[in-house]
Amino acid sequence: MDRRAFLRTAGAGLGLVSIVAVRPTGATPERMQAAIRRVVGSAPVTPGRVKLELPPLSENGHAVPLTVSVESPMTEADHVRAVHVFTEINPLPDVATFRFSPRSGRARVSTRVRLANTQTVVAIGELSDGSFWSDRATVVVTLAACLEGPL
Amino acid sequence: MRLVGAALFGIVVVAASAPAGEIPLGERRAGYDFMSRETRAMQDDDTANPGMLWVLEGESLWGRKVGAAGRACADCHGDARTSMKGVAARHPAFDAGMGRPVNLEQRINRCRVDRQQAPRLAWEGRDLLALAAFVARQSRGMPINRVVDPRMQAFVDAGRATFYRRQGQLNLACSQCHDDHWGRRLAGNVIPQGHPTGYPLYRLEWQGLGSLQRRLRNCMVGMRAEPYEYGGREFVDLEVFLMWRARGMTIDSPAVRP
Amino acid sequence: MARALINVPGQARRGEIIEIKTLISHVMETGHRRTEAGAPIARDIIRQFVCTYNGAEVFRADLHPAIAANPFLVFSTVATESGTLTFTWTGDNGFSVTESAAITVS
Repeated sequence: MDRRAFLRTAGAGLGLVSIVAVRPTGATPERMQAAIRRVVGSAPVTPGRVKLELPPLSENGHAVPLTVSVESPMTEADHVRAVHVFTEINPLPDVATFRFSPRSGRARVSTRVRLANTQTVVAIGELSDGSFWSDRATVVVTLAACLEGPL
Repeated sequence: MRLVGAALFGIVVVAASAPAGEIPLGERRAGYDFMSRETRAMQDDDTANPGMLWVLEGESLWGRKVGAAGRACADCHGDARTSMKGVAARHPAFDAGMGRPVNLEQRINRCRVDRQQAPRLAWEGRDLLALAAFVARQSRGMPINRVVDPRMQAFVDAGRATFYRRQGQLNLACSQCHDDHWGRRLAGNVIPQGHPTGYPLYRLEWQGLGSLQRRLRNCMVGMRAEPYEYGGREFVDLEVFLMWRARGMTIDSPAVRP
Repeated sequence: MARALINVPGQARRGEIIEIKTLISHVMETGHRRTEAGAPIARDIIRQFVCTYNGAEVFRADLHPAIAANPFLVFSTVATESGTLTFTWTGDNGFSVTESAAITVS
């Protein structure tokens, strides 16, 4: 079988399909849980109040738009102190910590993150009463074609 | 990884048995039209578009006196907002001195060397990209030149020949992806038609700004072909053809692409 | 040379929540990559971003290598009085950039 014939055979069964990136990874869901514990200590983390927005499918894992917001009146007595973002299987679980105060007006932040692969991202809101709330989202990261060769 | 790539390109070879030929003018679509809502939003908002960082830097370089002549771009060309309007939409353009077309980066370097008496800026270096991005930004929203300078016809034809020539270990032509299979997927991404409306552009994969020739080199690596040299006549001729192929389409530099 | 792009409304009503967008040139080298020859590439990232409003901190971010190159941040603050918003990015290898923007509050 010559090279082209092999390629035809290899391609015939597959069709033009979307291939999900498979890249080497470092962190694990367990490491993410450990990183979360370092922030929240022994306090319970309750799903709710936090809204994590990520596209369900990303064209490139190098810059995935992320927005986190937390429902809060943002008063001196009741506000969001911080939002912590973690990933499951990036080389490191920590992504960022954003710190707010009543002067923020609202607890909402947007940035762009790197996701090494299809995975779940977790956002945790830390409130002024010491409670922790969370949301999670899963992003499918697709692999780009025609990547860089030597420049 | 390489094997996966080879298998995917194999699919294209199979599917290319019935070539669709040149894309009718009315069916042409810019890379922007194939992108996700999120990537479009990144391009549309100047304060979210990382390409604007290079435009900003180019603006400051535009006013900086350099070289033995102690001249800034602005000393000859004045306000780029007027003097550079439309320039990117008509490059590569015929250079009488060289007897062949020069692209935007080469034009900038001709000015550097001849007028400013300063050293040539490196291909893909930050300064050249910044100046090219700043100049190209002045053509945003303008249509790509529709009229072919008669002196350019031979170069349009040479570029066309390159576009339709099979090359590399995968024996692929540019046209097999970008004429015949645009809109379908290669790996996770949609194959665009390959219109150079947004260069220099911010490619998420690069995590930075890059030129059309850098993108073409990526294509050639994907085809397992030996890339041409930066500024080589094959690349400039291909740019000439791609701009002709995109004639009338709207410049959207600095674009953002996956 | 670092470049930053900042978008702050020049004018606001007292008590209004204003949105601030910042974009800065930085490679955000993760420290997880290697050269073609296999040598590790050292981490080089922005670690922290702070926004102050007439000297008082109103927003802060601690960043890790998972933040995309050329970091982009959108956040908000309450327009309290006319004055200056100051933005400071600090990071590895002595990276430090400070920019400011004026705001008029009526």
